[in-house]
Amino acid sequence: MSDFIQTSPARSLQNATQEHFIAAEAPWSGIVRKGQTIRIEDSYGQQAIDTLFYRADDFSERYSNQDTMRMQGAAYIGIDTKIMSNEGNVMLTMTADSCGRHDTSAGACSCESNTVRFGHGTKYLHACRDNFVLEVSKHGMGKRDIVPNINFFMNVPIKPNGEMTIVDGISAPGDYVELVAEMDVLCVISNCPQINNPCNGFDPTPVRVLIWDGED
Amino acid sequence: MMHVRRSPQEIAANRARYEEHQKKGLEFAPKALPGPSRLPAPAIDAAAIIHQEIVPGGWYWSTRLLRGEAIRIDQGEGNSTVALAAWNAEDTSERINLVDTAKVQWTTALGKGRVIFSDMGRVMFSMIEDSSGAHDCLMGGSTAASNAAKYPGEKTRNTRDNLILVAVKLGLDRRDIPGILNLFAPVRLSEGGSFGWLGKRSNSGDYVDLRAEMDMLVGFSTCPHPLDPDPTYQPKPVVITRYKAALPLADDLCRTATAEAARGFENNALMQA
Repeated sequence: MSDFIQTSPARSLQNATQEHFIAAEAPWSGIVRKGQTIRIEDSYGQQAIDTLFYRADDFSERYSNQDTMRMQGAAYIGIDTKIMSNEGNVMLTMTADSCGRHDTSAGACSCESNTVRFGHGTKYLHACRDNFVLEVSKHGMGKRDIVPNINFFMNVPIKPNGEMTIVDGISAPGDYVELVAEMDVLCVISNCPQINNPCNGFDPTPVRVLIWDGED
Repeated sequence: MMHVRRSPQEIAANRARYEEHQKKGLEFAPKALPGPSRLPAPAIDAAAIIHQEIVPGGWYWSTRLLRGEAIRIDQGEGNSTVALAAWNAEDTSERINLVDTAKVQWTTALGKGRVIFSDMGRVMFSMIEDSSGAHDCLMGGSTAASNAAKYPGEKTRNTRDNLILVAVKLGLDRRDIPGILNLFAPVRLSEGGSFGWLGKRSNSGDYVDLRAEMDMLVGFSTCPHPLDPDPTYQPKPVVITRYKAALPLADDLCRTATAEAARGFENNALMQA
């Protein structure tokens, strides 16, 4: 696993208010308060980190991939991207990104879509949708609350003719994104267990989440 | 935080299988597809028509659609975008899923011969006819805010509010509104990933016929697409015809064009057995 890379004098490993290790293939969820910064770190590299956000005091407001793409006029998530909700509000803003390629067009893997993509022999493999179902159910939500997500560190180029394919991730060990919360949000992560495509280099690995309080 | 790596043999075997699927999906499937349907649209047999709705520009409509029925969405005067949402009538937690639809078919460019998936790996619609080949599954619809910015001072209707009306009147709520498919919206990505509106919007008389592959609730909104180049808000009416579709034959295009669609229909068959 990689060393910590510092992006601001104000944020060190020592002054993080929370540090969470998410095992390979596992889900996680936690609250990020307005003004706090969350770092999602691809500790070993080439690991897709499927992520959803919900407004902490009203889960009916949640991440919207279509609103996020529409508002920025572009398909990929990157530095300065405003993470939009279905109600048209900015949930978080991406403030740092050492990787440069994140997807929000390809959704999460599921047992069901795996049967379509890779054959019925891949049905009984752990998948992101199952992680999301387990995690959001802890917060009183269900399958209908699982919407198209962000795939941090997942490389899904879409060609001008529409051709879309998941290719090898470009993230190196320790690559990170940082997002500052513009409202109190529940962050739900599935550390993607997919082994049927290159989103995890065919070998899912652990990741780390760090949260800092605001600088002011 | 230790991690035990998978074996190189396992990784190589999974990569080889992925690359085989990828090659077939990217190289073979487009060759098997016929291209756009011809204009003008062939008339629908009057005896097969169940209902015809003329939806004014900027409005919404919803209908129940049974397996084996189809809808034709006809532009009429042209230049209309139609946003589409759909739910499984038996279990509305199953709904249209455009991210899976694009991912499993290796393309965001939907057209005749493609299918539209739910979140449960099942086929909701077969695109049995499509004269335009110009649809957008990425950008979503207009909102009150996007219309206010685009048409300052004008009184407009927007797709987000239309879909709230559709969902709530069906007994659903704001949480149930899925990502939508914009029919008749020639949106494409640049190499760098930014969206553009390429070419003309559509021909007058352009049409899409979608065959229902499960019993569904289907919602429509007829507001201008957020990238629609017309600076004036003047959405046109759209004609939606619900009709009894011909029974699919053994060599049905949408059921056989790709290995992914064929496996999706296997999942449908299990649900419907």
